Amino acid sequence: MVTYIIRRLIAAVLMLVIVSIATFSIFFVIPRAAGVTASDFANRYVGVKGATAETVKATAEKLGFYDPLVVQYGRWVKGIVAGSEFDTGVDVEHCPAPCFGYSFITKQPVWPDLLDRLPVTLSLAVGASVIWLVTGVATGVLSALRRGSIFDRGAMTVALAGVSLPIFFTGIVSLVFFSYKFGITAPGGSYTPITENPAEWAYDLILPWITLAFLLSAAYARLTRAGMLETMSEDYIRTARAKGLREPRVIVKHGLRAALTPIVTIFGLDLGLLLGGAILTETTFSLNGIGKYGVHAIAVGDLPQILGVTTVATFFVVFANLAVDLLYAVVDPRVRLG
Amino acid sequence: MTDEHFLDVKDLRIHFPTDDGLVKSVDGLSFHLERGKTLGIVGESGSGKSVTSLGILGLHKGGHAKISGEIWLDGEELVSASLDHVRSLRGKKMAMIFQDPLSSMHPYYSVGDQIVEAYRVHNKVTKQVARKHAIDMLDRVGIPQPERRFDSYPHEFSGGMRQRAMIAMALVNNPDLLIADEPTTALDVTVQAQILDLMRDLQRDFNAALIIITHDLGVVAELSDDILVMYGGKAIEYGTGADIFERPEHPYTWGLLGSMPRLDREPTERLLPIKGSPPSLINVPSGCAFHPRCAFEPRTHGKGKSEVPELIESEGGHLVRCHLTRDERRAIWETEIKPNLEATL
Amino acid sequence: MKMRSALVVSAAGAVLALGLSACGGGTTTNNSGGGGGGGSEAPAAQPTYNAGLEAVVNPSTKKGGTMHMAISEDWDSVDPGDTYYGLSWNLLRIYCRPLTTYNPAPGNKGNEVVPDLAQSLGEHSADFKTWTYKLRPGVKYEDGTAVTSKDVKYAVLRQLDKTTFVNGPTYFNDWLDLPKDFKTVYKTPDVNTDQAIETPDDSTIIFHLNKGYGGFDNFAALPATCPVPQAKDTGIKYREHVVATGPYMFDKVQTGKQYTLKRNPNWDKATDPIRLALPDAYQIDLGVEANDLDNRLIAGDLDVDLAGSGVQTAQIATVQGDPNLKARADNPTVARTWYMSILNDNPPLDNVDCRKAIIDGADRVGLQTAYGGPVAGDIADGLMPPMIGGWKKLGLYPTATGDIEKAKADLQKCGQPNGFETIITFRSDRPKEQAAAESLQQSLAKVGIKLTLKGFPTSEYFSSYAGKPAYTKANKIGIATNGWGADWSDGFGFMSQIVDSRVIREAGNYNLSVKSPEIDGLIDQAFAESDTAKRDAIWGQIDQKVMEGAYVLPEVWSKGLLVRGKDVTNTFINNAYQMYDYLNMGKTS
Repeated sequence: MVTYIIRRLIAAVLMLVIVSIATFSIFFVIPRAAGVTASDFANRYVGVKGATAETVKATAEKLGFYDPLVVQYGRWVKGIVAGSEFDTGVDVEHCPAPCFGYSFITKQPVWPDLLDRLPVTLSLAVGASVIWLVTGVATGVLSALRRGSIFDRGAMTVALAGVSLPIFFTGIVSLVFFSYKFGITAPGGSYTPITENPAEWAYDLILPWITLAFLLSAAYARLTRAGMLETMSEDYIRTARAKGLREPRVIVKHGLRAALTPIVTIFGLDLGLLLGGAILTETTFSLNGIGKYGVHAIAVGDLPQILGVTTVATFFVVFANLAVDLLYAVVDPRVRLG
Repeated sequence: MTDEHFLDVKDLRIHFPTDDGLVKSVDGLSFHLERGKTLGIVGESGSGKSVTSLGILGLHKGGHAKISGEIWLDGEELVSASLDHVRSLRGKKMAMIFQDPLSSMHPYYSVGDQIVEAYRVHNKVTKQVARKHAIDMLDRVGIPQPERRFDSYPHEFSGGMRQRAMIAMALVNNPDLLIADEPTTALDVTVQAQILDLMRDLQRDFNAALIIITHDLGVVAELSDDILVMYGGKAIEYGTGADIFERPEHPYTWGLLGSMPRLDREPTERLLPIKGSPPSLINVPSGCAFHPRCAFEPRTHGKGKSEVPELIESEGGHLVRCHLTRDERRAIWETEIKPNLEATL
Repeated sequence: MKMRSALVVSAAGAVLALGLSACGGGTTTNNSGGGGGGGSEAPAAQPTYNAGLEAVVNPSTKKGGTMHMAISEDWDSVDPGDTYYGLSWNLLRIYCRPLTTYNPAPGNKGNEVVPDLAQSLGEHSADFKTWTYKLRPGVKYEDGTAVTSKDVKYAVLRQLDKTTFVNGPTYFNDWLDLPKDFKTVYKTPDVNTDQAIETPDDSTIIFHLNKGYGGFDNFAALPATCPVPQAKDTGIKYREHVVATGPYMFDKVQTGKQYTLKRNPNWDKATDPIRLALPDAYQIDLGVEANDLDNRLIAGDLDVDLAGSGVQTAQIATVQGDPNLKARADNPTVARTWYMSILNDNPPLDNVDCRKAIIDGADRVGLQTAYGGPVAGDIADGLMPPMIGGWKKLGLYPTATGDIEKAKADLQKCGQPNGFETIITFRSDRPKEQAAAESLQQSLAKVGIKLTLKGFPTSEYFSSYAGKPAYTKANKIGIATNGWGADWSDGFGFMSQIVDSRVIREAGNYNLSVKSPEIDGLIDQAFAESDTAKRDAIWGQIDQKVMEGAYVLPEVWSKGLLVRGKDVTNTFINNAYQMYDYLNMGKTS
């Protein structure tokens, strides 16, 4: 078990390296192949209405664009491991490790930005996941137990809609109605840290939670329904009933317990992806999380920010995979990690 | 009342409406059983024997099944009883041992926990008390080192051990009626004998009424006081063990006897199989349900194809459902079947 | 000999007029009614469609409340020395005071420069090379220290360091008479810079230019003249701690997320005739989803769309269709032209008649539709938009829907009677530009000119592709979709960066096609001309030359559909920024 985890952690670090190299390459290599020069790159980070050749050259030098890619990448890695220096014009600032570099545009160090955005994404993902897990699984169980009923058909139709409707549509529409027309939920962009006021935190996020949960709970309802239909016809369910267990206990402890295993797997991966940034939800609700930060970084070509976000996102996905595998062994005693 | 039996099933019918038509899985079945006695219900798959056992436990109640008739258990009628009342009897007054212990035990819970659960449904005791009781039961059914095996999962047990655990789970509440559905089918031949011995011992100790459901007459040969042979949802022969093994009167029973595997015989040897396949329960053959497979149907002068035979007492409680007369049946057994069977032995 | 600009008198009058209309004849203190909307207030303008173009909507002097602003993206910087966005130049005046600024008044008065930190507009030498300003006495920073002319000098000099401050304009770099050995205030702090800027005493600042410029008061209005105390200058990090001289100071700075501002206790109304300082605080949210931003503005949850470019296309119909909403909207023409540069590097477009064929053949109504129809802009027939001084209707290409016969005649003249093929570029993440390129493709196909569409991401469009001559030449780009907004509303502020061939560099260009010695000569004439009317006339002439040379295909003079905040007072379009003036807005509640 311990060696398994160590092996997985080493693989995770390798994965982070690969993803960062890939990000680096996509950013530089492809445009360079198309004839984009170092000063062309620098041109993106000077004034909106252009700048003189000297400014462009100085910017390219400052951002290290004239160095070979290997050197540039090495500098980035070194910053994470050992910290780096940043010239503010007036003096030189030290950026302690882990230093993900300074934004090409806002000139802010990336790491504090990520730490600042993370709680928003975390709050969004965790809150939404509780809602979608509870509603999705509950709907799926009820649908399975009343297969073919009006409830089942209605729920599955809504689930289909939930899977198909894009979040920027449901999000904007629900904001217009619930926030601006009826005033019962917070307007877009609202966020209060849970440490400041938990009630405000929940109030501000309830609409993004529900919108995001609607999308995902639909998938979970369908998955749970299929799983329950399968497990409820298993022999051990008959055994449980023959013991004289009451039906709710049979459904939850024996049926759902078995049906949950694949759901736990997918849940872990979904949560990992969301922690790397719920891009659409954060954008639609103007929440300053990792996802929105990343989208903006890509739009303006802010490499240090892009690298920071991909690193964090990769970390969460890899971590979620590991967590799922470990959890799987806990959930299903037949699975042994080796 | 003197003629009140411990278990008395009267004219039980369990029908399932399906898209293709009404499936008459059990169609007018009657039998009875006393404490300490064993009834073997024998038939091919689809004969209705498993549906009957689940019906007694009330596991078809609340579903799509249409159930009629009477099931009297220790003076209580169960068909008309409330779902919740039947549930409270399940596992306590009547318990069941299932065919495949691997699929019948929950893969995610330890064997011990599943026994504890069965005990605590009906007994308000702490987990510690239940655990101790469960370990005693595991010991009782012959599982070595029961303390240690308590926390094992079903997949960590061998087939025989699993069946022992299953039996422990069924007996944990000291039930008055125990139904074993193909208890040995999934097991090795050597293990089969051990399990059957165990069940016999336990039945004696617990003084329970035991129903063994099997497609294999061999399983019930030594265990059963009475034997009920089912075909197409109906009883076709019902009598004591001696009735069935020594003077069987139904052609189907003869077939079963011919296809009976013996411990003293090489398993590769072909037995005397019954030709054809079990009847459809939706489009039941006209007349005698067995007539398409019956070698003696021509001797019924057409009645086999047109009339449904009644279950008629042959002699001393031995019931048979056949158009042939008692004398014809006895003559065929003595002259045509018995010598053949002995020749193959 | 020094002269006082005649503008001062009229500007002072305009300020007075605003003061009167805003106060309703009272003083500058709180309304006695307090509740807002009482009968005692002067009915300056009914809140109707386009009311904000010529009048102050909802005039009030009521203080209090938080002004809630939002923007869908972000802008370069809040450091006055490092910003080039109109919205930023408009906004930053709430926390800093440049020497001069644009008159906070509706209509054409908004184009007037008025003194702010300076007591009056600049006094200049006869050759317009020396400009002198006197600071108002008693102006303090947020920490209570007094502002001196040396701080203004330092502020102007520090932002010349374009290695550190890459965003702002380079007017001072280009026009100040700087010593050769001066690099930056950080690298060469000991070099004497008095030949460029003198500060004989704490309240006087004298600018020395390397060539005369009559419109220098516009330079003095640049954010770069906002004083910066040298001791508090943290270089590129100054944007995190801008030291306020205006009525508001930064409370919390969350780069990329949110700014909040609170009252500056050391701002003194007595030193500031143009600011009302009505709200108690400002909250500015960045990165608000654009459609949500419109919805919130309409619902009254937000007060100001800071970008000032109008509602999204999706909301235009909503706003126009709802009478109540339309009454809250203004549709100003902005000093921005959407156009296509016709690149003359490769044949056959090196021939002026082949270029004319493109303009004549273009369906400019179709192009207007691509940009959103009449609400989004008027069909342009020149590069310079109408609110710029010196503008005149050119009428060189009168048929807006495309003149096939004339275009074919052009082709005949340039020796391509069967037409030709070329490539048009656009920004692939801008659907309007793509639609325009497609529309042009269709209309030009009718005259035999075959266009191939090529899209590039905005962030690399000018730096690596359309704005890089080496690329456009090698890849035979014939037409490049383009657009330009004025730095300020005069010919120089709009035209100089896009028609002067001498500003063309290796990459990152916006002037993609206008390379004419004749035009360059006219630009020099305009710089040297001290008389505003004559100067404007030259810019008008330049516009005509650009069209005669068929260097660009003008599409639309942009208009924005702006919605006034529900609870916002003193709302009007300032022509200098072509958006709502952010200086004196207040809240009704």
